[in-house]
Amino acid sequence: MKDNLLTDIFLRFAGLSLLAVGGATAALPEAQRQMVTQAHWMSAERFAETFAIAQISPGPNVIVFSLFGWRLAGLPGLVVATFGILAPASLLAFAVARAMRRAGDAPWLARLKRALTPLAIGLMAANGYVLARGADSGLFATLVTLASAAFVAWSPRSPLWAMAFSAAAAVVAGRLGFLPS
Amino acid sequence: MRRIDLFLGFFKLGALAFGGTGPLTRAILVEDRRWLDDREFAALLGLCQALPGANTCNLAVMLGDRFCGASGAIVALAGLLAAPLAVLVAVATFFATFAHQPDIRAALFGATAAAAGLALGTAIKMTMKIRPGLRVAALALAAFLGVAVLRAPLALVLGLLAPASFVLAGRPE
Repeated sequence: MKDNLLTDIFLRFAGLSLLAVGGATAALPEAQRQMVTQAHWMSAERFAETFAIAQISPGPNVIVFSLFGWRLAGLPGLVVATFGILAPASLLAFAVARAMRRAGDAPWLARLKRALTPLAIGLMAANGYVLARGADSGLFATLVTLASAAFVAWSPRSPLWAMAFSAAAAVVAGRLGFLPS
Repeated sequence: MRRIDLFLGFFKLGALAFGGTGPLTRAILVEDRRWLDDREFAALLGLCQALPGANTCNLAVMLGDRFCGASGAIVALAGLLAAPLAVLVAVATFFATFAHQPDIRAALFGATAAAAGLALGTAIKMTMKIRPGLRVAALALAAFLGVAVLRAPLALVLGLLAPASFVLAGRPE
């Protein structure tokens, strides 16, 4: 059974790897659809929570997939998930970089980038929407989500400030009895 | 270049990049290590952004391969991920251990709501940076609706929108 889960994690994440347009985060709504809605591996709350924990850690955003693996199947899950989400895209990047070294600057590359930018924006927004719906629909959580979005969009400071401030605000709100238990 | 230098350079990037690797990548690769000049960095990053997958990981693979061959690619990627994965497991274990503690639960609740806002804010920021015309706005909206509202498979959404977007990207705005 356990081996089946590991294989399943690897195959799903390997598929997501090649769909991550403009960055790993772009594949998160699809990961949510597969893991929460289809496979029932975790609740929407837990999915959103896992994303938050990955944001607290340093490094590339892709490590959120490693954490999904860890939470689903411990250390073997983490290893399998990390290889799954990285291997296909890395092999492609490896092959393309070697080919391009000879091809030099290709005009189609600039065009491809311009073509993918709007899709990356739409997927990033979709990610926020899916996470917000999974997180909590109460007044406090909604206000925190909107305030953090505004902070990230308009302040040059690190987004970690928004997370730290929100965490502190939630502790106070919890002490005052404003949070759902 | 030695593989250990490659590992240490990317280790530094991974360990220090809180809240995403973004601007720190250039600071470390171009200014700190001087592995690339600005033009080479922009070209390589552009290629990474056009390819699927994590941009910084793709960058590590390409640079590692350029300097030390295939094994360099693996070493660079391992360097980039070593510290983040260790911290990640530590943070996750911390929250799992104190999951019953009301203050810790509340803090995670707040951080989770904020993280959703982080993704939304990033989308707003990306939009403002390019000052979108009708083409960009329509395609972004279509991708959003397909994935977030209709919850259609991403492969289907991209299969329809990516070719359309590529065709439209060749025309003047």
